[in-house]
Amino acid sequence: MKVVLQNITKIFPSRNKKSNEEVVAVNDFTFEIPDGKLIGLLGPSGCGKSTTLYMISGLLAPTSGQIFFGEDDVTQLTPENRGVGLVFQNYALYPHMTVKQNILFPLQNFKGEAKLSKEEMLERAFQAAKLVQIDELLERKPNELSGGQQQRVAIARALVKMPRVLLLDEPLSNLDARLRLQTREEIRRIQRETKITTVFVTHDQEEAMSISDMIVVMKLGVVQQIGQPQEVYDNPCNLFVAKFLGTPPINVFTGTVKGGKLYIGEDAVMDVNGVEDQEVYVGIRPEGFIVDAKGGFKCKLSNLEVMGRDVSVVSYNDASLNPVVRSIVDADNKIDRDSEFITFALKPHKVFLFNKETEARIYLENKSENKKETKKAKGGK
Amino acid sequence: MVESKQHWKAWLYLSPAIILLLVFTVYPIVNTLYMAFANGYGMMSAAGGQKFEFGIENFKKVLEWGGFLTAMKNTLLLCILTVPISTILALLIAVILNSIGPLRRVLQTIYFLPYVTNSIAIGMVFAAMFNITGSFIGTENEIVYTSGIINNIIEFFGGTKVNWINPGSSYWANIFVLVIYIVWNALPFKILILLGGLQSVNKQYYDAAKIDGTGKFRTLTRITVPLLSPLIAYIVITGFIGGFKEYSNVVGIFGESMGPAADPGRLNTMVGYIYDNVAGKLPNNQGKAAAAALILFVIILAVTLINLWVSKKKVHY
Amino acid sequence: MAKEITVKQTNIGMLASRQKFWGVVSMTLRYVFLILVAVTVLFPFYWMIISSLKTLDEYRSAVPTFWPQTLDFKNYAEAFEVANLGRLFFNTVYVGVVSTILSIVVTILSAFAFARLEFKGKNVLFAGLLATMMIPGELFTITNYITVAKLEWLNTYIVLIVPFLVSVFYIYLLRQSFLQIPNELYLAAKVDGTSDLKYLIKVMIPLALPTIISITILKMMGAWNSYMWPRLVANDEAHTLITYGLRNAFTDASGEVDYPVQMAAVALVSIPLFLVFIFFRKYIMKGVSRSGIKG
Repeated sequence: MKVVLQNITKIFPSRNKKSNEEVVAVNDFTFEIPDGKLIGLLGPSGCGKSTTLYMISGLLAPTSGQIFFGEDDVTQLTPENRGVGLVFQNYALYPHMTVKQNILFPLQNFKGEAKLSKEEMLERAFQAAKLVQIDELLERKPNELSGGQQQRVAIARALVKMPRVLLLDEPLSNLDARLRLQTREEIRRIQRETKITTVFVTHDQEEAMSISDMIVVMKLGVVQQIGQPQEVYDNPCNLFVAKFLGTPPINVFTGTVKGGKLYIGEDAVMDVNGVEDQEVYVGIRPEGFIVDAKGGFKCKLSNLEVMGRDVSVVSYNDASLNPVVRSIVDADNKIDRDSEFITFALKPHKVFLFNKETEARIYLENKSENKKETKKAKGGK
Repeated sequence: MVESKQHWKAWLYLSPAIILLLVFTVYPIVNTLYMAFANGYGMMSAAGGQKFEFGIENFKKVLEWGGFLTAMKNTLLLCILTVPISTILALLIAVILNSIGPLRRVLQTIYFLPYVTNSIAIGMVFAAMFNITGSFIGTENEIVYTSGIINNIIEFFGGTKVNWINPGSSYWANIFVLVIYIVWNALPFKILILLGGLQSVNKQYYDAAKIDGTGKFRTLTRITVPLLSPLIAYIVITGFIGGFKEYSNVVGIFGESMGPAADPGRLNTMVGYIYDNVAGKLPNNQGKAAAAALILFVIILAVTLINLWVSKKKVHY
Repeated sequence: MAKEITVKQTNIGMLASRQKFWGVVSMTLRYVFLILVAVTVLFPFYWMIISSLKTLDEYRSAVPTFWPQTLDFKNYAEAFEVANLGRLFFNTVYVGVVSTILSIVVTILSAFAFARLEFKGKNVLFAGLLATMMIPGELFTITNYITVAKLEWLNTYIVLIVPFLVSVFYIYLLRQSFLQIPNELYLAAKVDGTSDLKYLIKVMIPLALPTIISITILKMMGAWNSYMWPRLVANDEAHTLITYGLRNAFTDASGEVDYPVQMAAVALVSIPLFLVFIFFRKYIMKGVSRSGIKG
C-alpha cells in the first residue's frame, strides 16, 4: 500500500490566548511513500515529524492537503477506518491487561464481516507474538517486562490486525544503547518479512540512516530533503541537512570563492571552476581529508585519537565554525604527534559549498552528475 | 547533641495534640469498650454509684429491640441503593464531562456545588419540593394548597401525585426521596475524584484504542474503568463508610422524628439510634449506645475489609 | 500477513460523512445529558431562592410559578426573627473562628514535630494516630458526652471548641506538605543558628500555606455544618449553632408549613457557604480531593 501525502499542512492554534500566533507544525508536505518500504522521518524535536505521523494515522486532521492510501482518499477518515497500526513512543500498553490480552485487544474490535472467531484471534495473536519473539511472555503484565520486551509487545499489537500501514513514533528512544542496536535490526527484519509499508519517526540520524529505505529530513515543519540515506548523506541539499547527518558531524568553515579557487582563511584549498566569486560556507566530511604535506589546507594540530583502523585527527582552524576540526584518516598515515601544524588535501566529492545567505547548496559544475537522483523537496530552502 | 535536644522539644510541640487526643480520643475508645460490656450501663446510674456486672447484655438488648433492627435495615438499604447508583452515575458524568471541550470548567464547578452545602438546610429544600402542603394530608378530609413542585411536574406530564413524605406516605416513597437526596449529595465528591483520575490517565491509551477502532462503550469498560479501578474502589469504600454513618440527610428531610409525622422513627439509622441512646429520646442508656457503636464499627470494618479483598482481586495493578 | 483490511473506494465518501454525522450526534447527546444533570443539581438552589421571595399565597397556588410575581423580601426579615438567626450566626462564627485558629496552631506544631524532628517512638505514635482515623466518630461521642457532662461544660462555648479540636487527618495532611520541603533548607537554617520555631514560622508555614488555607476553610465549613455534637451538648439558646438552630426552628417537616420563610432561613444559612466556595474554590476542591471528609 503506497501512501501519498499531498500538500499536507498542519497549523495549531496558539496555546497562549493572549498572542494570536499560530504554530505551523507541518508546512506543505508532499511525498509519495512507495509500497512496502521503510521510511524514516528525521529531524530535531519540533520539526513536525510526529505531527506528520499522527496525521497519517488519523489521530490528527491536516489543516489542508490530502492523504491517500493507495488510491483511496482517507483524509476525512477516522483512524479505525484507515487500517493503520501505530506504535507509541511510550508503547501505551494497557497496564491492566496481560501481553496476550493486549495483543488480542485490536482483534476484538472487529465488527460485522471482519469479526473473527476466538480460535482465529488466538491464532493471529500467537503469530504476531512469534514474529516479534515474545510468544513465551503471553501471560505477563506489561510492568513485568523489560523496555525491549514492551516494545515488541507494542509492535505485535500494532501488527496483529494486519494494518495497511505501520507507524512507529520514536520506537527506540526509550531503550538503552545496546537494545537499540538490536531492536532496530529487529524492526528492519519484521518490516522485510511482513512487507508492510512502514513509517517511523526519529531524531537520531544514525538510526534513520541504518534501517530506512528512504529518509525524509525535516526542519521547522518544512521538508528539507528526501532520498535514500546514502544519497542524502553524499549530496545534502543545504547546510542544515549536511550538519544533521553523519557522525562525527560535518566540519563547517567560512570560506571565499575567488577566481575559481576556494579559500579557507589564507589557504587556497580546492579548485572550484564555474562558481562565482562570493563568500560561502564550506562543509567538509571528516573522511574528506587526506594527510598530505603538499596539501593546501593547514590546521593547528591538537590531538590524535587512535581508533585502530582509523585515526581521528583533532585540529584547530580559525575559519572553523565547529569548536574543533575533526578528520578521520587512515591509520597508515604517519603523523607526528608533536608537530605544531598538519596539512591536508581534500577529496572534492566530500566538500560541499553553501550560499552564505540562503544556506542552499552551491553545486559545482564538474560534479553535476551527483545531482541526478536526489529529489530536492518542494519548499526546501 | 542536636538529637537529644530535639527529643524533649518534639514532645513539647506535640503536647497539645497528645493531651487532647488522650482525653477525647484514646480514653473514649477504652471507656466505650467498657460501657458496652457493662450490663445496663447508664451515666446517671453510674454517677449514683451503681456498680455494673460485665457481660453482653447491652448487645443482646440492642439486637433484640426492634428499634435497632429497623435502623440497621434502613441503613443497609440506603447503602445498597445509594452507593452503586451514585458511583455509576458519577463515573458516567465524569467520563462524559472529560470528553467535552467548551463549558467543561463551568459544569465541573456546578457539579461540585452540592458538596459545599449544609445537608440539613438543603434537606429542608428537598422536603419542600416533595411535600404536599395543606391540612389532614393522607386522610379523607385532606385540604391541599400545593402538591409540591415534584408532584406538579409529575402531574404536568400526566401522572398522578404521590404522597412522598407526608403522613400516610409509604415506606418506599420515603426511601425514594432519601435515595434521591443522598445521591444528589454524594455525587460531587465522587465526580471530583474520578475526574481527577481521568485527567491523569495517559492520553495515549485512548489514542491507541482509537487506532484500533475500539467503540466508545468498550473503551469505557475495557480501558477507562480498569485504569480507574483503584479510585473506584476508593470511592466505593468511602461511600459505604459514609453510608453506614447516614444520619443528617434523613434529619434534613424528615426532621429529628426520623420519619413522617404519623410514623416517627420509621426511617431511623444506626447513628440515629446511637444518639437516641446517648442523650436523645432514651437518655441514660449509654451502655446500649456503646454496644450499638461497636456493632457499627464492626460492620464498617467488615465491609471495608470485604471491599479491599474484592478490589485486590479486581483492581488490576 | 499480506492480507489487508480494504476499504472500497466508493464507500469512502459515505464513510466520512457518516463519521461526521455520528460525531455531531454524539457530541450533542453528551451536552444534553450534562446540561440535564446541571439543571438537576441546580434546581433545589433555584427553588430555594425563588420560594424565599414568594408570598405565602403565591407559594401555595395550585399552579407553581417559576419566577415570583412580586419579590417579597420580608420573608428574610421574618426568618431572621423566627429562627433567631442573629444569635445563631454570632455563635457559629465565634466558635468557628476560635476553634479554627486553635486547631491550626495545634496542627502545625504536631505536623512539624512529625515531619522534621527526631524522637523515639515517632513512627509508632504516628501509626497509632492514623489508626484512630478508622474508628467512627460516634464511638468517641458517647464517652465525650459523659466527660463534658462531668466537667460541667454542657451549654458553654468551650464544649463546642475543645473536644474535637485535634484532627488526625489534618495533621497527616500538613505533615505531607511539610515533608515536601527539602531537608537541606532545615539543615542550612540550623547551620545559620536559626531556631526551630523561627524556621517553622519563616520557612515552613509560608511554603505550606496552600494546605493550611485548605484546612482552615474545611474546618470553618465543618463548624458551620456541624449538627450532632452541638445538638447534644449545647442546645440552649445562648450557645446553639446555626445548623441545629435552623432545623430546630422549623420542626414541621411536612403538612402546613410556611415555606417561604423557611426557605429564606435556609438561603441565609447557605449563602455564606456559596460565597466561601466562590472565593476559595481552588483550595476547597484541592483539599477535598485529598480528603473526602465532608466538613
